[in-house]
Amino acid sequence: MQERVRRAALPSAHEDAGSASRQHRPNESWGDRLFGGLAGGLAVLALVLLGGILVALTIASWPSIQKFGIGFLFSAEWNPPAEKFGALVPVYGTLVTSAIALILAVPVSLGIAIFLTELSPVWLRRPLGTAIELLAAIPSIVYGMWGLLVFAPLFAQHIEPALASTLGKLPLVGALFDGPPLGIGLLCAGIILAVMIVPYISAVMRDVFELTPAMLKESAYGLGSTTWEVMWSVVIPYTRNGLIGGIMLGLGRALGETMAVTFVIGNTNFLSSPSLFLPGNSITSALANEFAEADPGLHTSALMELGLILFLITLVVLMFSRLLLARLNRAAGA
Amino acid sequence: MHLHLRRKIVNRIALGASLVAMACGLVFLGWILWTVLMLGASGISIALFTQMTPPPGSSGGLLNAIVGSLILVGLGTLAGTPIGILAGIYLAEYGRRSVLGRVTRFVNDLLLSAPSIVIGLFVYALVVAHTGKFSAWSGGVALGLLVLPVVVRTTENMLLLVPDTLREAAFALGAPKHVVIMQVTLRAARAGVVTGILLAVARIAGETAPLLFTALSNQFWSLDLREPMANLPVTIFKFAMSPFEDWQRLAWAGVLLITLGVLALNTFARVVVRPEKSSH
Repeated sequence: MQERVRRAALPSAHEDAGSASRQHRPNESWGDRLFGGLAGGLAVLALVLLGGILVALTIASWPSIQKFGIGFLFSAEWNPPAEKFGALVPVYGTLVTSAIALILAVPVSLGIAIFLTELSPVWLRRPLGTAIELLAAIPSIVYGMWGLLVFAPLFAQHIEPALASTLGKLPLVGALFDGPPLGIGLLCAGIILAVMIVPYISAVMRDVFELTPAMLKESAYGLGSTTWEVMWSVVIPYTRNGLIGGIMLGLGRALGETMAVTFVIGNTNFLSSPSLFLPGNSITSALANEFAEADPGLHTSALMELGLILFLITLVVLMFSRLLLARLNRAAGA
Repeated sequence: MHLHLRRKIVNRIALGASLVAMACGLVFLGWILWTVLMLGASGISIALFTQMTPPPGSSGGLLNAIVGSLILVGLGTLAGTPIGILAGIYLAEYGRRSVLGRVTRFVNDLLLSAPSIVIGLFVYALVVAHTGKFSAWSGGVALGLLVLPVVVRTTENMLLLVPDTLREAAFALGAPKHVVIMQVTLRAARAGVVTGILLAVARIAGETAPLLFTALSNQFWSLDLREPMANLPVTIFKFAMSPFEDWQRLAWAGVLLITLGVLALNTFARVVVRPEKSSH
C-alpha cells in the first residue's frame, strides 16, 4: 500500500516543476478515488456482514423453521434420535443465567465505578482501573475451567447449603434455592457470568460518570451534599442513559458467552423444577456441546435456529445499548 | 442534628459498599490468576513444547495445539487487520457525517459485541457446510471476522484524535487525500492503531466458540490448512471436561499459556499507546 502511495506522490511532486502537470491532475484524482472507494467498500463490508449472518443463519435453519414453526420456542422437548426439537430449555437457561448475572453484577459494577471516580486516591485510579480491565481481558475459557474445577466444588460445599437453609426457607423465592447442592447448575453459571461482565459494565459506568460536568457536582457539594448524595441525586440521574447502555452492553456479553457457561451449567435438556441449583442448558452451551456431533439434517438445522434466536436477542439488546450511549454522548457534547 | 447524622451514616454505608465492591473485583482477579498460576505451573515442562497431544492415559505435550493456535491467530489477524484499517480510515476520513458512515459505525459497534459463537455458526454455514469438512482456514476466517470490528473501531478513534490542522497543513502543500491519510494522519495515529491490533489479537487468542465449528481440533500434527487443525482453546475445552488426570493437567498448563499470552499482549498494548487517554 505504502509503495503505491509513494509512486503516486513522487511523480506529482516532480511534475509540478515541469510542464506536464495538467495531465497528471486526473491521474491523482483517480488514485484518490480508488483509495476512497476501496476504503468505503470495505466499510460497507460491515453492513454486508451483518446482513450475511442473518441470511446465512436463516437459510441454514430453514428446515427447522418450516418443520416446527413458532412452536419451536415453546417446546421443551429436545430429542435428537426422534428428531423432535424445541428451544424452551436452552432459551430459558440463557435468559435465567443472564438475569442472575445482571442482578449480581450491576450493584458491584456501580460500586467499582463510584470507587474509581470518587473515592480512590488519584495515584491508585490508573492501576485499579487497569486491574479491572485485565479481568475483562482474561479469556472466557479460563473462567470456565476455574468455575468448573475450583469454584463449583466450593460453591456446592459451602454456599449452596447456606443459601438453601436461608433463602430456601422463604415462601415464594424458596423454590429457587431448593434442591441438591451439585455445584454446577444455573446459579453457578450466573455467578461466573457476573464475574465476567462486571469489568465491562464498570468500565462503561466509570467513563460515563466522568462525562458529568464538574460544575454540576460542585454545585451539589456546595449545597452541603455528601459524596453519596452527589452520586445518587446528581451524577446517576444525569448519566442514566449511559448507565443503562452499559448494563445492556454487559447483558449482551452475558447472553452470548459460551465457554464459561458451557463448563458450569451442567448441560442437560430437562427442566423439572424451578430450582436454580439444578443443571440446565443455554443456547450457547447446547451449540458448543452438540454441534460437532450433530447429524447434518434437522439436528444441525435446529441448532442453527438456536443460534439465530441468540443473535436476534443480542442484536436487540445491543442496539438498545448503543442508542442510549450515543444519546448520552450527544448530550455531553462529546 | 438527627438528619445530619443519618445522612452521614448513609454516606458511610454507601461508600463502604463501594469499597467492598472494588475489593470483590480484585479478589476474583487475584483468585483466578493465582489458581491458573498454581495449577498451570505444575504442568509446564519441556515435553509441553516438544510433544504432541496424547491419547488419554499417557503423557504428552501441547506442541501441535500451540503451533496450530499461532497459525490460526496469525491467519485471523492477517485477514482482519488490513480490511479493518481501511474501513476505519473510511469512517474517520471520508464518512464522518455521512449517512453511510453513521450506519456503518453503528453496525460495526453491534458486531463488536456480537456473540463470537454466532460468527462461528456463520462461517460454518458459509464455508464448512459447502466444503464438507472442518478446516484450518475457515477457522482463520472466523477469527478474522472477530478482529475486524475491533480494528475498525480503534483505527477510527485514533484517527479522530489527530488534529485537523495537521490534515489542513498537508492539503495546503498540495498532497492528494490518500497521501495525506497514509503519510500524515495514519502515521500520526500509528501507535494507537497498533494497540488496537494487539488488543484484537489478545481477544482472538482465547476464543474457543467460533473454532468449535470451523477449525475444530486435531489430535495429530497438521499444517494443512484444508484439514482440521489443533489449537489451544479447543484442546483445553476437550481436556478439561475429561475425567483423565493427565489431560486435565495439560489443560491447566494450556490455560496458563493462554492467560500469560493474553495478559502480556494487553500490558504491551498499554505500554505502546501514548499516555493520553483515547477519546470520550
